[in-house]
Amino acid sequence: MKLLVCVSKTPDTTTKIVFNTSNTELDTNGVQYIMNPYDEWYALVRALELKEIFGGTVTLINVGSTENDQVIRKGLAIGADDAVRIDLNPQSALSVAYQIAEYARQESYDLILLGKETIDYNGSEIGAMIAEYLDQPFISYASKLDIADGKTASIQREIEGGVEELEVETPFVVSAAKGLAEQRIPNMKGIMMAKSKALKVVAPAAFEDQAVAVQYTLPPAKSSVKMIAPDQMEELVKLLHEEAKVI
Amino acid sequence: MKHKTLKYKHMVLVFAESQKGNFKKTAFEAVTYGYKTAQALGTECVALALGTANNAADLGLYGASKVLHVADAAVDQIDGQVYAKVIADLSQQVGATVIVLSHTSTGKSIHGRLAARLGAGSVAGVNSIPTVDGGFKVKKGVFSGKAIAEYEIKSAVKVLSVMGNSLQPAIVGSAAPIEAIAVAIPASRIKVKSVSRIEGIVPLPEAELVVSAGRGLKGPENWGIIEDLAATLGATTACSRPVADVHWRPHHEHVGQTGIAIRPNLYIAIGISGAIQHLAGVNNSKTIVVINKDPEAPFFKAADYGVVGDLFEVVPALNEAIKKYKAAQG
Repeated sequence: MKLLVCVSKTPDTTTKIVFNTSNTELDTNGVQYIMNPYDEWYALVRALELKEIFGGTVTLINVGSTENDQVIRKGLAIGADDAVRIDLNPQSALSVAYQIAEYARQESYDLILLGKETIDYNGSEIGAMIAEYLDQPFISYASKLDIADGKTASIQREIEGGVEELEVETPFVVSAAKGLAEQRIPNMKGIMMAKSKALKVVAPAAFEDQAVAVQYTLPPAKSSVKMIAPDQMEELVKLLHEEAKVI
Repeated sequence: MKHKTLKYKHMVLVFAESQKGNFKKTAFEAVTYGYKTAQALGTECVALALGTANNAADLGLYGASKVLHVADAAVDQIDGQVYAKVIADLSQQVGATVIVLSHTSTGKSIHGRLAARLGAGSVAGVNSIPTVDGGFKVKKGVFSGKAIAEYEIKSAVKVLSVMGNSLQPAIVGSAAPIEAIAVAIPASRIKVKSVSRIEGIVPLPEAELVVSAGRGLKGPENWGIIEDLAATLGATTACSRPVADVHWRPHHEHVGQTGIAIRPNLYIAIGISGAIQHLAGVNNSKTIVVINKDPEAPFFKAADYGVVGDLFEVVPALNEAIKKYKAAQG
């Protein structure tokens, strides 16, 4: 099977979010970057498991500058065979999807996987966009994915308050939710091998962004917590009703 | 000098989601959003219903001037690829310049497809009405709720998906006329084997009231007090990641960075310390109450109200206090 895993670089969960003085960009000083957890723990690992069953290759793809190479190498250390980076700092989700689709169009992947969302932009858009550009089905929030014969996939999909069981034929695009696979930590052998695996840098295709972030703000600071004594639950109920107006 | 904001005539089209043909809060929120956006643009808001539609006229209450209805059984199955083509074709037919969807599992399977298909600027998970003077701008939460980004959309057609619980549905009109509309429907490439939903509880992503608990409960056998409190409030139960990992609670209750993100009006966190990964899933809650025996628990910094005490006493006491309050309400 020929598998493509789309990976993103995101700030670590514990990052304190600060913007530059014009509030147009994240202030990257001191920010620790990681691979988007949904891409790393679920999409990439499931792709590796499918390769272990059916044979084939797992390719990583990322849209970004050389600053992303460290995160891409981690994916290679976890077990991907090779990687492609489209050399562009994307300004919108549609731009990322367009670049990935343009590359994938030339390569005939059986399956394209990515995490259900990125932890920085939380859009859950890119998988659907790639699928539309390639005229393929897109299944989101997959928590189980099995392929019986290398062609027909059975998927369990998370929906609000329940699950769907679906069947679809390759090629298609799928986004990964918790449960699709178990996180793998790269071992020393993987880390050593990653250094010699191919990381191809490709020039981007021409594309015009239609929706761009122009300003960032921080939410209004929460006023300090109001403490209530444990024997004063009636007081808490009164506050929830009269002050917070939530009951 | 007043800038002319409209280069062309606008029209807002809202795709109203239904469950088995019934339009509920999610659809009404989307229509309210579409209506308010249409007002800002000086135009009308039209709703679109696909497949079985039992109470489509209700969409008029929330501001839809009419409901376009594709009654074909072929669109009873929710397939994002099929829906995106149908909605794109209809939006072009009616001249829609803003397409509004709900930011749900269904909406997300359509939203990105519409953007790619129409070459449209799109913002997923908007949480406020667009501003239209001097450019079309709209905000959404980013960095898992830690910040707000404002996007400018330059394309003629704009696609927005509305974050659940980010605005209250508002009744502004009366029952809408329903107009049957025909459109070519492509075959679905996805076979649905089964759909199972837990009946009788509000799913966490839609819940307005949530009672959540963590390791402070010490064991799964102690969850009765949590379930009782939730039942009294009519709340949905949730939990922290550690207790889902050890199977004290089902994984669909896990809220947090790698679990479910929620936006309730009230989030009561019991015996949860408040790690950053947990906060990332709940920091969009309107009001947070933290109950913990440790006064140093980090969660108190993110709380509106805090109680330091033994949860095995506090939770039943809170339950009784709420029962008394509800009884007094009559």
